[in-house]
Amino acid sequence: MSAYRDKDPLIHGIQSKIRVVPNFPKPGIMFQDITTLLLDPKAFKDTIDLFVERYKGKNISVVAGIEARGFIFGPPIALEIGAKFVPLRKPKKLPGKVISEEYILEYGKDCLEMHVGAVEPGERALVVDDLIATGGTLCAAMQLLERVGAEVVECACVIELPDLKGRERLNGKPLYVLVESR
Amino acid sequence: MFAAENGLKGDPRLQAISDAIRVVPHFPKQGIMFQDITTLLLDHKAFKHTIDIFVDRYRDMDISVIAGVEARGFMFGPSIALAIGAKFVPLRKPKKLPGEVISEAYELEYGTDCLEMHVGAVPAGERVIVIDDLVATGGTLSAAIRLLERVGAQVVECACVIGLPEVKGQRRLNGKPLYILVEPREIDGCC
Repeated sequence: MSAYRDKDPLIHGIQSKIRVVPNFPKPGIMFQDITTLLLDPKAFKDTIDLFVERYKGKNISVVAGIEARGFIFGPPIALEIGAKFVPLRKPKKLPGKVISEEYILEYGKDCLEMHVGAVEPGERALVVDDLIATGGTLCAAMQLLERVGAEVVECACVIELPDLKGRERLNGKPLYVLVESR
Repeated sequence: MFAAENGLKGDPRLQAISDAIRVVPHFPKQGIMFQDITTLLLDHKAFKHTIDIFVDRYRDMDISVIAGVEARGFMFGPSIALAIGAKFVPLRKPKKLPGEVISEAYELEYGTDCLEMHVGAVPAGERVIVIDDLVATGGTLSAAIRLLERVGAQVVECACVIGLPEVKGQRRLNGKPLYILVEPREIDGCC
């Protein structure tokens, strides 16, 4: 589901603040830079408010954010809806006992980790990141939460790159995005 | 300077925040008692208190930028920025920011690291708070201050949830005021 289709004027405001940086991190990639969105207090607030409006009162007790840009959007949402914030991190960053989930990159593999005990069985969780591309990272995030018995209610991203079909990699879990970038 | 010495003496929120921080011994290496704020983030009330204390302090100080140090500064900075109507500027490890950047190197125990900021993110003259979860030697925060001063910004204060003993008693870092909520927790009877 995409907020974009509602043609909400707030969405247009948010989309206009995202900067596209060509050929980063390598030739051919049009990088969607959200740092310019963060420089516009109103647009950043609108972004958070749209997610909060959707998730408040839905009995969500966990917002899991993917390192590092998920750490920018996740905590404000968690604070507003009364949920915990759980950082999902690259290997060896979390100090306590962790569970790990490997995922495939274009070349090679990477790994996402979560603290043991952060999320309890039966908790209703959101996964938040700035952007969904192929869906590999979000998929790993969902796996981590499901392995500890949590229910992933939805994945929430500011931006979707629909041509990469990440939505189809989410094992049927719903995806909510504010902006599509083609 | 610690919040308790600066208007918040006896504030029960500070105890709640301190209690919510977990100490992990010998991480990332032997002898280090790591102050883990992820448990604070799991405690909605204590996390909210943390943000509220910083917001109450900065909302009337005409602050236009909150600069957060990657990655744990990202967990606290944006909420403060949103509440006071300021921009949030991420200060990142090398090669993460996609646009043109300025870089500042700083010393680690062994070797050096580097912090980067987007060119144009902070215009000259803007009043800035730098935020991170914890200050130890102050090396990273000093690099952050230098980055911001190089573009002509005014660093008003550095804000951290936890301040390690190296900075205890120091009210300033590189001449900038330092505002800290709590001291490190200790573990009873540990090693």
